[in-house]
Amino acid sequence: MLRNLARKAVSATSNPWRTSKSIHFLQKRDFCLGVLPDGVGRNSEAFAQNSKAMEGLISQLQSHINKVLAGGGEEAVKRNRKRNKLLPRERIDKLIDPGSSFLELSQLAGHELYGETLPSGGIITGIGPVHGRLCMFVANDPTVKGGTYYPITVKKHLRAQEIAAQCKLPCIYLVDSGGAFLPKQAEVFPDKDNFGRIFYNQAVMSAEGIPQIALVLGSCTAGGAYIPAMADESVMVKGNATIFLAGPPLVKAATGEEVSAEDLGGASVHCKTSGVSDYFAQDELHGLALGRNIIKNLHMAGKQGVMNGLHNLNPEYKEPLYDVKELRSIAPIDHKQAFDIRSVIARIVDGSEFDEFKKQYGTTLITGFARIFGQPVGILGNNGILFNESALKGAHFIELCTQRNIPLVFLQNITGFMVGSRSEANGIAKSGAKMVMAVSCAKVPKVTIMVGGSFGAGNYAMCGRAYSPNFLFLWPNAKISVMGGAQAASVLSQIETANKKKQGIQWTEEEQENFKSKITEAYEREGNCYYSTARLWDDGIIDPADTRKIIGFCISASLNRPLEDTKYGVFRM
Amino acid sequence: MASMATILRRKLHDNRHFLIQTRLFSLESSSHDTKTTSRIEKILIANRGEIACRIMRTAKRLGIRTVAVYSDADRDSLHVKSADEAVHIGPPPARLSYLNGSAIVEAAIRTGAQAVHPGYGFLSESSDFATLCEDKGLSFVGPPASAIRDMGDKSASKRIMGAAGVPLVPGYHGSEQDIELMKSEADKIGYPILIKPTHGGGGKGMRIVQSPNEFVDSFLGAQREAAASFGINTILLEKYITKPRHIEVQIFGDKHGNVLHLYERDCSVQRRHQKIIEEAPAPNVMNDFRSHLGQAAVSAAKAVGYHNAGTVEFIVDTVSGQFYFMEMNTRLQVEHPVTEMIVGQDLVEWQISVANGEPLPINQSQVPLLGHAFEARIYAENVPKGFLPATGVLHHYRPVPVSPTVRVDTGVEQGDTVSMHYDPMIAKLVVSGENRAAALVKLKNCLSKFQVAGVPTNINFLQKLADHRAFENGNVETHFIEHYKDDLFTDPNNLTRAKETYDNARFNATLVAACLCEKEHSAIKSSLPGTNGLLPIWYSHPPFRAHHQASCTMELEWENEYDGSSSKFFTFSITYQSDGNYLIETEEVNSPGLEVKATLLHDQDFRVETDGVSMDVSLSAYSKDKIKHIHLWHGSHHYHFRQKLELDLSDDNEIQQKTNFETASHPPGTVVAPMAGLVVKVLVTDGTKVEEGQPILVLEAMKMEHVVKAPFTGYVHGLQVTAGQQVSDSSPLFSVKISKTKGEEATVP
Repeated sequence: MLRNLARKAVSATSNPWRTSKSIHFLQKRDFCLGVLPDGVGRNSEAFAQNSKAMEGLISQLQSHINKVLAGGGEEAVKRNRKRNKLLPRERIDKLIDPGSSFLELSQLAGHELYGETLPSGGIITGIGPVHGRLCMFVANDPTVKGGTYYPITVKKHLRAQEIAAQCKLPCIYLVDSGGAFLPKQAEVFPDKDNFGRIFYNQAVMSAEGIPQIALVLGSCTAGGAYIPAMADESVMVKGNATIFLAGPPLVKAATGEEVSAEDLGGASVHCKTSGVSDYFAQDELHGLALGRNIIKNLHMAGKQGVMNGLHNLNPEYKEPLYDVKELRSIAPIDHKQAFDIRSVIARIVDGSEFDEFKKQYGTTLITGFARIFGQPVGILGNNGILFNESALKGAHFIELCTQRNIPLVFLQNITGFMVGSRSEANGIAKSGAKMVMAVSCAKVPKVTIMVGGSFGAGNYAMCGRAYSPNFLFLWPNAKISVMGGAQAASVLSQIETANKKKQGIQWTEEEQENFKSKITEAYEREGNCYYSTARLWDDGIIDPADTRKIIGFCISASLNRPLEDTKYGVFRM
Repeated sequence: MASMATILRRKLHDNRHFLIQTRLFSLESSSHDTKTTSRIEKILIANRGEIACRIMRTAKRLGIRTVAVYSDADRDSLHVKSADEAVHIGPPPARLSYLNGSAIVEAAIRTGAQAVHPGYGFLSESSDFATLCEDKGLSFVGPPASAIRDMGDKSASKRIMGAAGVPLVPGYHGSEQDIELMKSEADKIGYPILIKPTHGGGGKGMRIVQSPNEFVDSFLGAQREAAASFGINTILLEKYITKPRHIEVQIFGDKHGNVLHLYERDCSVQRRHQKIIEEAPAPNVMNDFRSHLGQAAVSAAKAVGYHNAGTVEFIVDTVSGQFYFMEMNTRLQVEHPVTEMIVGQDLVEWQISVANGEPLPINQSQVPLLGHAFEARIYAENVPKGFLPATGVLHHYRPVPVSPTVRVDTGVEQGDTVSMHYDPMIAKLVVSGENRAAALVKLKNCLSKFQVAGVPTNINFLQKLADHRAFENGNVETHFIEHYKDDLFTDPNNLTRAKETYDNARFNATLVAACLCEKEHSAIKSSLPGTNGLLPIWYSHPPFRAHHQASCTMELEWENEYDGSSSKFFTFSITYQSDGNYLIETEEVNSPGLEVKATLLHDQDFRVETDGVSMDVSLSAYSKDKIKHIHLWHGSHHYHFRQKLELDLSDDNEIQQKTNFETASHPPGTVVAPMAGLVVKVLVTDGTKVEEGQPILVLEAMKMEHVVKAPFTGYVHGLQVTAGQQVSDSSPLFSVKISKTKGEEATVP
């Protein structure tokens, strides 16, 4: 019998067919362990209601988006075409690899922010591949206020640079701008994170070996002139591109010299005489082609990690078992209604396989390992208020992932930490602090998606904007504020009542209700996802059905840099 | 079929019997064995292209080693690669290579070949070459030199044939030119009649006379014209055949006096007096006629003591049903494969065994007739420009797959050049079927799938020919193309037809756009660096855009094969739909967008689905002169589009040519210091005449000497600097003027 077994063992190793069979057997042992159940009742009333509500939100979003995609209006677009210039998104389409994807950021920046409309904040930013290398694009929209920089334009430009610096993405600036928007100079010019920071970032990134490329496709006046001047390499397009510190009118006023824009700062002057620019383009298409060439000629070899920040990648990945489009039917619009975050995870991760960590402990925070497009990720998702245990579990899980260089994905649907005497006595502040410490110090790529509410310190612990996730996106149903509107109204009216009491004033029930409803209204408005995205508190509002894809893009971009070791501060024990 | 097999088997048996006899005989006379009587073991093919390849194919099957010859132009051709050995015989012009008999014979001797196969064309009908081969102890795979000589002379051949009782075109070739006699001869021949001067050509003095009462006037007119043009007014008369057919009979003879025929071929459809579609047997022909024709051909061959392969050409009067001898071709014909298809024999194998001295393997009654076969000759030629030969590179060449009923004889491969030196034939497509209709269906199908790109071809024209009603009915005659030219050529002035063609082209351009996007996508995806794990998701299909669909534009220029003068641009806007389909729209009004799904099957093959119909499409793209050429085949259509590859950057040098603005601020002819420096030497004095490029002075700056030269020929003016003087950057040094005196205004060339 034993001899028989031994013979079998020998033949198993020598016979390739046997070997493959034994591998098959091993695979079979792991089969189906972490596969999440569907979790969605397609015939339920809630499903229908959620679908309908989300459908409404998405169509509203789409109508806002359609407006900004049209740029600065028909007239301006026509004028732009007349000068043989493409629109900024078309320019980017010509720069990225044919048929490749482009992750545009903050499309609704500047939405209802100023008295006038400012589609996409007057600047298009996003990530796409050029010759197989991911780049950050920053493209002025000359059809929007002549491409001038409003405060939000500056903020969006800086955010793009921030991502580029974080992910070490070469920057391509498609310059076509009249410079700072002068009427708002006080909000544009002087502060730390104002206009000047653009050039500071260029200098610092260049020093770090992150290529800075400027394609001057239109005017580039005053401060804007520093964008090509500070770039590593720059291209100018004959006829359309001009670079000067002062335009012809200002020159005439200052010195009396009469000179045309082309002679003052055209492509010939700067490519031939001044040396401000390096490549002379006959027309815009030529300029864009030169831009692609510059990226082709970048040589990043030897820059550790820049090209290969990937680990344990499984090239053969499975799509989720359940339809990603059903992500549009899971989240209820009413934030008081709970939903199981696992049904979201099941529609994001490869094969809907999710190996849950500490499943039975601190059950309001779901943690576990999965893969997205083959890339291992650690996922944290909310299933209710954060308790002591959940916070501790979160901190533990983050530590695990940083230890193993696993990117983190946060799925926020959080009303906050548990309050109350029992909770405080249990040291909820201490536990919360642990999780916040872990989140803050984690140096692995972090991507946050707000799939529902994001309130209070929960926003912090779940890697809100202040915790510098590499990317942060919202679902159209997301709400962000320090607390719920009703709670805030209640708190504030209590304080107000106390104040009035001190002054000896009585206020009527009606007055109180009025006071409350004003606050609730303000919270509703300011907690709205459009309010957030207009101010760049996030990187954009997404269709829930695109969540898996976008997390993939984000992690891909985030891994475009060398690994960093995580070091934590002092955990309060 | 079964009976066929028994016949062959029986014949084989007979052969063996015969072979035993010969062996017995040769044993007795082994001491007299000479080289020429031994079997061919190595053969030199004195030809190129498809026929050389075709002969080698049979030789290889028979275990005979092959030797190719080649000119400089054919160094890398298929026939050279296919041969066991290849010998270079001279420069590209045929006269210096493939017609150079002595070089070829020398090549055969050098490589130890025992036989020379001349193929067709070149030296195949040169009796001198045949003689030369035999003189040098080489077996010439072809007829005896005497037969070549006899049949090469047109009038001699007619005389011989007339004597052998082969029917000739009735006519009068006598020297007696009396008008009354001529009239009576004409009446004897029968009208219509052709009056032709014996000398000269080009149709001068030729007259067609329809009835007796026109004869005198026409005859006198022809005489006058002939006298004026050629100085000799001798006239001959011949029967004019109004609707002639060109039918030829394949004959074969051995060295033992056996001659048989392998039925006829109809080669009536011709352009520029060259055949383009041949078929066997001839359509609409009675069996009686067929055997009469065959017998006449056999008699013709016997009259000149013929052996090996030959073809007797007849002209057939479709009106009277009479046939007349025209000429005999003493070689294997281009179109021999159609005969091979219908008799199931390999004629090159027969040729070799005849040359080996063996008798024919079968006799006349054993010749089978198996269905019907067509041959279409695919040429590199410009059909709308009067079938002018075309040259170029075969950037894409994919003949149809071969099968027992489909045969492609070709001498080229993809990437080869069709040169100006030789015949521009690319391939012969041969198909066979149970009957003519079945074979024709196959022919049309194969033509539509025969893919050639890089040079213009006649494939589309052949398709139209094969598709023509009259051709389908077998109503062929030598004026076929002329007769039906309105159907066969596209008239650019026919607006309805032009519109239809244009719409088709636009539809096909849409398919091209979808396929190109699909192809580009897969090409980029496969060229991604393998290590960069998540990068492929950026190339997933369709490309991601935030809340909108990715789109691109594509411009295609349609090259209209039939109307070269007008090229049409299509500008498409292509939107990537979320389901992976392409929504393709044109700028034209009244043309709704088309949703196309394209799936890449293989390298160049796509399955395309649009409007509920899915179909196979082949696409080939190559670049030439900064232009991307795209060819599309689908169904029976072939379209050619162009796409500009490079931006038009003709004025790129403008910036360099602009005059330096520093010199521009000085009068013309002024030379300024190229940099600040010290004048070390002044080589001429002011007012000296200098030549262009002549050194004027030497500057030293940054430890380097710089020679300042005259910009053009003229006189030096204003040269005031001296050696040892410091000059500043861009300061004027001197000027050169055309005139000597200062007063005259200087002009600069």
